[in-house]
Amino acid sequence: MPPASLPTAEPRAGRHAALALAGLALLAGASLFVGAAPLSASALLADGEGARMLMLSRLPRTLACLLTGAAMAIAGLVMQMLARNRFVEPSTVGSAQGAALGLLAVTLVWPAAGLAAKMLAASLASLAGTAAFLAMVRRLPVTQPLLVPLAGLAWGAILGAAATFIAWETDLMQFLEIWLNGEFSGVVQGRYEILWLTGIFAAAAYLLADRFTIAGLGRDAAVGLGLRYERVLLLGLLIVAAVTALTVVTVGMIPFVGLVVPNLVRMGAGDNIRAALPLVALAGAGAVLAADLVGRLVIHPFEVPAATVFGVIGAGVFVWLIVTRRGHGA
Amino acid sequence: MIEIRNLSHAEGRTPILHDITLSLPKGGVTAILGPNGAGKSTLLSLMARLRPLQAGSIAYDGMDIAATPTERLARKLAILRQDSTVGSRLTVRDLVGFGRFPHHRGRPGPADRAAVEAALGQFDLAPLAGRFTEELSGGQRQRALVAMAFVQATDYLLLDEPLSGLDMYYARMLMRLLRRLAEEHGRTVVVVLHEINYAAAHADRIVALKDGRVALEGPAAEVFASARLSPIFGMEIPVERWHGRPVALHYT
Amino acid sequence: MAHRGLAILAAALALSCLVYLVIGVRGNWGFVLALRAERLAALLLVAASVAVATQIFQTVSGNRILTPAIVGFDALYILIQSVLVLAIGGLAAAQLPEIGRFLGETAILALAAVALFAALLRGAAGDVQRMVLAGIVLGVMFRSLTAFVQRLIDPNEFAAVQIASFARFNRIEAGPLWIAMAVGAAALAGAWAMRHRLDVMALGRDHAISLGLDHRRMLMTALVLVALLTATATALVGPLAFFGLLVTSLAHLVLRDHRHAVLMPGAALIAGIVLIAGQTVFERALGLAATLGVVVEFLGGLVFLALLLGRGWR
Repeated sequence: MPPASLPTAEPRAGRHAALALAGLALLAGASLFVGAAPLSASALLADGEGARMLMLSRLPRTLACLLTGAAMAIAGLVMQMLARNRFVEPSTVGSAQGAALGLLAVTLVWPAAGLAAKMLAASLASLAGTAAFLAMVRRLPVTQPLLVPLAGLAWGAILGAAATFIAWETDLMQFLEIWLNGEFSGVVQGRYEILWLTGIFAAAAYLLADRFTIAGLGRDAAVGLGLRYERVLLLGLLIVAAVTALTVVTVGMIPFVGLVVPNLVRMGAGDNIRAALPLVALAGAGAVLAADLVGRLVIHPFEVPAATVFGVIGAGVFVWLIVTRRGHGA
Repeated sequence: MIEIRNLSHAEGRTPILHDITLSLPKGGVTAILGPNGAGKSTLLSLMARLRPLQAGSIAYDGMDIAATPTERLARKLAILRQDSTVGSRLTVRDLVGFGRFPHHRGRPGPADRAAVEAALGQFDLAPLAGRFTEELSGGQRQRALVAMAFVQATDYLLLDEPLSGLDMYYARMLMRLLRRLAEEHGRTVVVVLHEINYAAAHADRIVALKDGRVALEGPAAEVFASARLSPIFGMEIPVERWHGRPVALHYT
Repeated sequence: MAHRGLAILAAALALSCLVYLVIGVRGNWGFVLALRAERLAALLLVAASVAVATQIFQTVSGNRILTPAIVGFDALYILIQSVLVLAIGGLAAAQLPEIGRFLGETAILALAAVALFAALLRGAAGDVQRMVLAGIVLGVMFRSLTAFVQRLIDPNEFAAVQIASFARFNRIEAGPLWIAMAVGAAALAGAWAMRHRLDVMALGRDHAISLGLDHRRMLMTALVLVALLTATATALVGPLAFFGLLVTSLAHLVLRDHRHAVLMPGAALIAGIVLIAGQTVFERALGLAATLGVVVEFLGGLVFLALLLGRGWR
């Protein structure tokens, strides 16, 4: 099952992309046949029950993983260009916690709100949270790149504590847990399709890739090259906030995808965003799908949420990145 | 007497020091000279047990630093490092007072306090005694750190480029003080210097390092009398005599 | 206690304790007071343990941002507990003698902490930011691992993550109280005995060695003490996140002194005031459920951010 919504890779990165695609296809195939209930290819051909399960549950779940992973990885990459720092991503700078706060607010004030209203509230709050973080980043010295993720983690913790306080007092803790700890076990046909919207934002990110690369050089350099810096910044923020809100509302946040995946890809493919972006999307999709598969298998027939699996692996990779990549701070 | 035997050291795979064997007599001022990257600071760090020995041995008056408890060594030798940031928010008096720690282990007596006050006076620090170290200029902080190493009252005093950040007045004052410590108090001073004329004016012995090896060693008068300094620094260093003292004219 | 700041803090703490004990008592005074006194003692021990552990950790790591909780000491302790349950089963774990279990878990924590954090603190010496970031992410990893292991133990437990996330001051475990008290008190005494050497450690590694401290051994000893104190506090109330950061920052701000003989008791007193007074206000006055931990987290996060933006990390 090839991810149809993803832009194809440029020729130079073609070989990487082909490899990544093959791996992804393998994972996706496995994902279709792994789950609490047994499902084999022969059973699929034999009766209608298997096919029904495939279409109702396994396929939507696989697609949701792919879409979420690709979108989160791209959002991370964009976030890194905007903050001019490699060690940030939506779940570590307050974007996800902001989205959760927005969702809480709309749930409390207007419990009957539809999905669109919830999405809007989550996106706006996420935008505000991320923008506040970027404003903070500007106050930090460029020569101290590691301060940026630190400030982001603290900001995320503050917003998260505020959300927890409200949720606790209003008995909404269960919802908060779901929003901030992504898992795919609940994904069935009809409950994930909104994630296809992330494809639009991924495409937008691809179209704007060069601009983000230039914006990543800093305001002065960007203005010098004739870029409307503030507008590019706002567009980037919109992409990050919308993707984050979409993910939080549908499947919940998967931490570290946006951080680990772009860093690993860029170590191999370099810093040209336009060339790296398709690979980042593919790798993100594969990483989240793999995490979900591990979560499905490790205590079969029970499940561990993909966010928990990724929290362990992603954090491990992150520590390794920090400790080994001396001198490659920003 | 400081005895260094077969000392080698590497950072990762980069060798810094190669098989250094040196013996420095007790008393007097020894200057360690050499171009950037010669291994001077590494040598001093090893001598002060700030880094673990990889190969070779170092002993002070027969006291092997690898075999002696560190608190005993703290009463034998004091070190002043090049980068001497202070972790705590301390007043100058408190900072200098820490120099007495090896002697009182946290319970200062009247003798310790007197020694601190004397050092504050000697280094012109009395007016600054109540100020916090982070409010001082670089040179003032440097003086406070020298005073701290001084009140440690050790036989051996190691200083890594103590003149950096000091103006001419205090640089000369410090070098004269080191001389006095050697002459009047019988202390042994080993000092890494950048400016060779301070060595020419104040040192008894010179040790010159190049590429991690001892390139030159001997009484200051002999070293400066010969033309052997020039190849070490890879430049022409004419030495003239002025009032019977060697002066290097390497500025032009 | 000659220090004026400490005397004022002690008076404030005594007042908080008095209010905590007597406010809203109805019916059998003797019974209520005995019950509250036991919980008060536990809260005080938790306060002192967290404050002193944080102060020691900040001194030996050479910065005022990291705390044992931020780098995941408490998460590591809960992880060890969880792995134990996973390995031998919940029933068998529950049948282990209370004392042996607590001591065993604490010993494992001490070993793991020394192995992990000694490497971290030495490896990144001089590069404070890298160390802080690596430490924080390690903390995140331990918390994720804990959530993971708890899922493995009980896949149906929906709030598995939540259990490991927040301290519950109003539900102190009575079981491990006395053994934890003994271990905590011993560790506090050890910290007090180290106070002068900690002053020297605070100058930085090179200064400490030059002044005759065995830096390596001090680091190990300090980490073991931090592990003991963290195990004590976590066993009693659960993980405490930014609480330690909050109280040591306040102690530096209020006392303006570099001596650990002042800083450690000062931070402990402030921690006691925050916990006891906070608990009184939240539980009795406002009637809020279990949210003091969350409020502390919020305030601590603000302090953390302020330290970062104000260059307090130096």
